[in-house]
Parts: sequence; C-alpha cells; structure tokens
Amino acid sequence: MSSVSAQRRPKGLRIAANAFVVFWLILAAFPFLWTLWGSFKVELDFFSIADWTNALTGANTERAYGTTTTTTAYHGAWIEQEFWRAVINTAVVCFCVVCLSLTMGTLGGYALSRSNYRYTFWLLIAALMFRAMPPITLVSGYLLPFFQWNLWGYLPTTIVVLVAINQPFTLWMLHSFFQKIPKELDESAKVDGCTQFQAFRHVIIPVMWPGVITTGLFSFLLAYNDFVVGALLLSEENRTMVPAIAAFLGTTQTEGNVMFAVAAVVSATAPLFVLVMFFQRQIVSGLTAGAVKG
Amino acid sequence: MKHKTFFWFFLPTGLAMLLFIAFPIVSVVIQSMYTPHDAVLITVENCGPFGCKQATTIDQEATASLRAAEPLGKFVGTEIFTDRGHLAFGEIGAAWRGSETMGVFFSSIYNLPFYRAMTFTLTFTFISVPLLIILGFIIALAVNSLNRHLKGVVIFFSLLPMIVAPLVGSLVLYWMVDSRGVLGTFIQYLANDPDLSMKASTPLTWVMIIVYGIWHSAPFAFVVFYAGLQTLPQDQMEAAQIDGASRWEQVRYVVIPHIMPLVTFVALIQLMDKFRVFEEIIGFNAEAHATSLSWMILNDLSGETQLLSSAAATSVMTLVGVAILLSPVLVRTWRDFQEKT
Repeated sequence: MSSVSAQRRPKGLRIAANAFVVFWLILAAFPFLWTLWGSFKVELDFFSIADWTNALTGANTERAYGTTTTTTAYHGAWIEQEFWRAVINTAVVCFCVVCLSLTMGTLGGYALSRSNYRYTFWLLIAALMFRAMPPITLVSGYLLPFFQWNLWGYLPTTIVVLVAINQPFTLWMLHSFFQKIPKELDESAKVDGCTQFQAFRHVIIPVMWPGVITTGLFSFLLAYNDFVVGALLLSEENRTMVPAIAAFLGTTQTEGNVMFAVAAVVSATAPLFVLVMFFQRQIVSGLTAGAVKG
Repeated sequence: MKHKTFFWFFLPTGLAMLLFIAFPIVSVVIQSMYTPHDAVLITVENCGPFGCKQATTIDQEATASLRAAEPLGKFVGTEIFTDRGHLAFGEIGAAWRGSETMGVFFSSIYNLPFYRAMTFTLTFTFISVPLLIILGFIIALAVNSLNRHLKGVVIFFSLLPMIVAPLVGSLVLYWMVDSRGVLGTFIQYLANDPDLSMKASTPLTWVMIIVYGIWHSAPFAFVVFYAGLQTLPQDQMEAAQIDGASRWEQVRYVVIPHIMPLVTFVALIQLMDKFRVFEEIIGFNAEAHATSLSWMILNDLSGETQLLSSAAATSVMTLVGVAILLSPVLVRTWRDFQEKT
C-alpha cells in the first residue's frame, strides 16, 4: 500500500492489525515449537496429567535421566524402530521423483508452449482433470496388476507412480513458465539451422532454471509428503517417512511409546523448515503463479 | 512446432499419464462392476460302515483356477454401487417406509457408511473453505500493513502449517488437544470440566478436524491474496481516499472487487482439496466419529482381505464428486482459452 495511506492509518487500527499478526504467528508456529520442545522430554512430561508446565520444565525427565532434556525418543525411533530406513527411502524417492518428473515435465511443457495446434489445449485440459483425481482413487486401480506382475512393494514402482501423478501439475506449471520465455529466442536458433531439440538444448535450457527450480520444489513436496501411495504400494521395509509414522501410531500407542512417534514427526518436519528458509521466495511465487495469471 | 517433433517431446510425460492415471481410472471403473468369485462348492458322498453322508466342501483347486482365469471376478453390473456399503437404495427404501418421523429416517440413513462419510465430507468441505478464505484474507490485510522487514518473517512462519503433510500436521495438533496435552488441559480449564475429552465426542472431533483444515490451508489463501494486494490499483485507492471513503469502504468497494477472481481461484482449488479429506481422520484417530469417502477406500484396501471391488465403487463415486467440483474450473479454463484465440 502507498506510503500516504500507511501514514494516515489510525493508531487503533494499526495496533489491532499488529495484534492480529502476532496472534496468527502464534497459531502457525506454536504447535511446531511446542512439539519440538516436547520431543526431548519423557511421555509423562509431554502428556502431563499433573501440571502442564512439566512439559516446559521437564520435571519427570529430570527424575528419570538426571537432565531436563533427553534424546531417548529419537534413539527409540531412529534405532529401535529403524526410522533411519524410512529416512533413506524418502531421500531416494524424493531425489528420483524430482529428477524424473522435471526431465519429463520440461520436455512436455516446452512442447506444449511452442505448439499452436488445438490439441495442446485438450492435452492441458486432460492434465487438469488428471490433476484433480485424488491419488487414492488411482491406487485401487494399481493394486491388482502390480500384485500380478510382482511389482508391488518396491521403491522403483512407487517412484514411477509418484512421477506420473506429479506430471499434470509439473506440465501446467512449466507450460506457463515457458510461455513467458519469448518464442523469438528459439525461433532465431532454428533459423540459424538448429533442430527443435538443439534449440531447446542450447537456448532454452540455460534460461529455464528459475522456473524449473520452483516446479522442482513442488515435486519434492509432493513426494516428501505423500502418504497414500507409499502406504499402499510399499512393503514394510521400503516405507517412506509419512507412512512409517502412520505405522508407528498403530504399534506405539499400544506399547506406550508415543514419544517415538513424536520424535519421528519432528524429524520429518525439520527438513521442511530448512527448505522453507532457503526457498521461501520460490514457494510463494509458485503458489501464486496459477492464481494471478488466471 | 511440427506434429512429429511435438510427439517426441511429449511422449515420456504423455505415456506416464496414460499408463498411470488414465488406465487406472478405466480399470477402477471396470473393477467396480465385478465382484470376487464365490468359492466353488462340491458335494461329496462319504460312505462308511454306518451308511452314506453327503458333505459339501470347497473345491480349492477349482476355485483357484477360476480366480486365476478371471482375476476381475464375476460381472455384477451396478450391484456393488447399490449395496449396503455404498448407495444402499434398499436400506433407504426400508428406512423411508419404516420410520415414523423424519428424525428417525435421517438417523437411520446416517448409520449407513456411505451417507455417514458423505455427511462429514460435505460438512467439512463447506464449512472450512469459506472460513479459511476469510481468515486468509484478514491475515493478508494485516500483514500488508506491516513493516517490510517483518513481512518475510511472518510469511516464513505462515508457510509451515501448509507445507507439512496433513498426517504430520494433524498429529502435531492431535497431541496438543489430547486431554493430557497443553491445549486439551487449557480447554478443560476453560470449560471447567476436568473430564472433557475432545476425542470422545463426535461434535468436538468434527470441530477439531475443521479447525485443522482451516489452519492447514489458510496460509495458501493468505499467500495468494497477499500477492493480489501487491497489484492493487493505486489510482483507484487514491481516488477512493479523496472521495472520503472510510477504511472499511475502501476494502469493501476497491480491495474486495480486485481480489474477487483470486477468491474464486482459492475456493475452487480448496473445494477439491478438502473433498478428499482423510489423512486428517487418520492423524486425529477419528474413525469412530468421522469418515470420508477417501477414508472408506483406504479402509477397504488396507484390511486383511483387500476389498478391491468395494474400493473401486467408492473410488468411482469419489471421481464423480470431484468431477462435479471440477466443472467450474474447466468452464473457466475453456473461457480463458476462447478469449486468447
């Protein structure tokens, strides 16, 4: 807003606006900070019947371990329950999904942005419809063939499925991004005797990175946060983090090891914090890309 | 671009979408019309010293070979769609005839799994979407008036609820509202009822999941609206100020009309997104109080015996729901395209 109106803003309104922002910040951040803090306590502190301040001071943790913080929950989750396996699986899945879907998406998105025929519109519409399909409805279509061809339970299967589910979104995003790169760039390369692919390789690839990075972030998030596909298509030792956390809930609640799940949740959230810290601008621009254009 | 070049560029992505999105949809539709084979029964006559007895046993071999020959099962048409687990026409008819009052009728319908799931899904969708849009809009207005350096920090923290997986986010909240957790204790203190448990009551569970849904998606609305506010036409704002419009009038007659296309965008995206609610239900451990269509599919698929046909029928109905919610988006895209050409 212009500086004129900012100066004229009455004091009461300014205070109210600031108070609201503070309220929202607490609402957004407090649950994460609370869980992060509590993950270093014992269950009796994190779920305190006697006094809620125990979760802050760690009275029972001190009684049990002599210090007010303990990493037993992390030890239990990562080593005893083998959460490290899920972490490695997630890393593998995310890396492969991002690389594959960007490779396929850039080729397809580039083609869609450079062709003027009517079928490009229908392909985009089909992609839009595919994007709206909830993955879980598709999964019930995979199970039978995957069992029959003995593909069920392996990481590559899940990677391919996630890449495919990711394609519609990647296509839309990269298509609108490539449209912003002037057509004259690769046209002139073609006039100079390049084939379409050479034009793409030498002229478009060097300038496409901002859009590709933004799209890649969202591909990463999709793979990282996926629950349905991993939970239903992976065998137990190949599980990624989110399905592993869901599996924890079943086992830990009966054994009284809720803190393992708390530690696992914090471990799964921490990389996202770092991601937002470094790529905040790209995430925001990606979120608004579809909206402001339309 | 020539057709041939286009084809080679588009082939990998097109093939992936065809194999793993289009085919599964077709396969799900087909599967929903088949049901697993019944076991093949044979009657054997066992003759012993005390006469003959007829015994009926399952012919394992014949059953296995029949199942292997036709893995889809036997064709039943729309029978699965109308059975008790889905649309339950028979049960509704019986309830209509048997119920004295509308109240009894509705409560017997609510006991059918499909309608139970539908009630929650629709309530969740249509309550959380308007509220999250309003909350997002207020945050955007408030943040827009902040100092430039603070904005970045606020946006950083605002993105967190949205960026974590729904399952993880709902677990974080679930542990806090546990009757022994910090929010649960606080709510007990407010309500002055030490036995109050959010998990035990259906309405409170619904409220909890709806609050989670708003918390999870308000950041998205906020970021989109905030970007919209940056392109606010300054001359219109100044004109309104010179004409003596109050702050509320400026928001009402300049800001909101400018933001309106974005509101529609957020609403359409979020309606589709909220319609597939189910990770929240698992995170909040709320199966006893709230179910959704997607949850029904997961439940069918993750049991000991996977009920593929039942899951497929629910999937088809989910797809129909999504298609209804998607149609305005398609119309909009179509119109955009017509304007462009």
